[in-house]
Amino acid sequence: MIDVKNLYKSFGDHEVLKGVNEHIDKGEKVVIIGPSGSGKSTFLRCLNLLEEPTSGSIIFEGQNITSRETDINIVRRKMGMVFQQFNLFPHLTVKENIKLAPIKLKTMTEPEAEKRAVQLLERVGLPDKADSYPVQLSGGQQQRIAIARALAMNPDVMLFDEPTSALDPEMVGEVLELMKELAEDGMTMVVVTHEMGFAREVATRVLFMDGGNIVEQNEPKTFFANPQHPRLKDFLSKVL
Amino acid sequence: MMSEFLEWFSAQFYQTFIFEDRWYIYFAKGLGTTFKITIGALLIGVVIGVFIAVVRSAYDSQRVRWHGVGGIVLGLANLVCKLYLTVIRGTPSTVQLLIMYFIIFGSSQNMLAAAIISFGINSGAYVAEIVRSGIMSIPKGQMEAGRSLGLNYASTMRFIIIPQAIKNILPALGNELITLVKETSICTVIGLMDLTKGAMIVQSRTYAPWMPYLSIALIYLVIVLILTKLLGILEGRLRASDRR
Repeated sequence: MIDVKNLYKSFGDHEVLKGVNEHIDKGEKVVIIGPSGSGKSTFLRCLNLLEEPTSGSIIFEGQNITSRETDINIVRRKMGMVFQQFNLFPHLTVKENIKLAPIKLKTMTEPEAEKRAVQLLERVGLPDKADSYPVQLSGGQQQRIAIARALAMNPDVMLFDEPTSALDPEMVGEVLELMKELAEDGMTMVVVTHEMGFAREVATRVLFMDGGNIVEQNEPKTFFANPQHPRLKDFLSKVL
Repeated sequence: MMSEFLEWFSAQFYQTFIFEDRWYIYFAKGLGTTFKITIGALLIGVVIGVFIAVVRSAYDSQRVRWHGVGGIVLGLANLVCKLYLTVIRGTPSTVQLLIMYFIIFGSSQNMLAAAIISFGINSGAYVAEIVRSGIMSIPKGQMEAGRSLGLNYASTMRFIIIPQAIKNILPALGNELITLVKETSICTVIGLMDLTKGAMIVQSRTYAPWMPYLSIALIYLVIVLILTKLLGILEGRLRASDRR
């Protein structure tokens, strides 16, 4: 589904990604871990071109999205993204947040979007918050709405950029639980996180990034029980 | 003493306002012109201002992503906008109005149109910088969230960034509107009869400056107070989404 070839990304003189190669299949739940500055968020943000790669190619559903001829706006409809800071639109109600993209992009009619929004609010367990504004919600609730908003476009893959890092500890659980349910429904997911419990439980594959590349990957059981690379051993010994 | 003052006052009042229907011919009509210039210039100013602010913000944040023809057009547009801001903010609005009426309008003689366009172009330069500061005040994540949903740059600006920016800059925009109302009195230099010119004409007939000038000062003050109040109400409404 996503094929990354020789991906490089520099910010000025600072090279963040150094030739990443990776293939993600439909239905996979890939969790990316690694120390800060390892390039994991940059890698994720390159997948929907929020960061423009310096070189290399990203093939999504058979289409080279780094090509100039590709309309990235069409591709992004199929790639939902959830941010660390939620990034809900504060001037719109919860329901308007969810309906905005499908209506403005005309992928749904107003009644269809309305129906979908109600259904999604039910799905994330916040049907009574439809007419609230984001500022009236807790962090955990905001992130669940942000997930609903991304799902409104019916994406084929969901990208999560440290979705629980900005949350108070007691709210982490509700967001992870929702993500777990999403995974069980068969959604393809790429998740950058520090939640090792989530990686262990939900991931089909865990990637460890360090120094701008993927240095080790495996299915979660072996990954955590039998790490090979010294950097990963060192990292795990600190976070587990 | 008191009765003398009252006598003087009522005589002045009669001369300034009542005699020959001066209240209507000079003051009411003049006020109408002041309003026409203000409203017209405001509309032009906001349109120009938002356009320029978006071009300049797009250039600042997007130039690396726009390649080929798009990038060249954007660069050129940004250059034109900067030139406009420099010239308009660097010259007195009185001089701009004189140039607009006597040179650009030339033989057309339409004073009202010249004034509206001149003040609109002037105001646009200030509105542009206000709107740009508003756009810059919105966190980067808002643009990213919009783009990640598949909205293009323009739609994200229109539906997500600008509405929030407007809310943030409303006090500054209100200030610009109040400045504009008062600045329209400059149009007397081309002979357009606004409120100020009306008072000047009355003074030239009565040779008594007190009543006409103090009256229009009061009228301007009341307009500004009403505008301040209205802007306060509008701001309160727009803050609805901040309520907890």
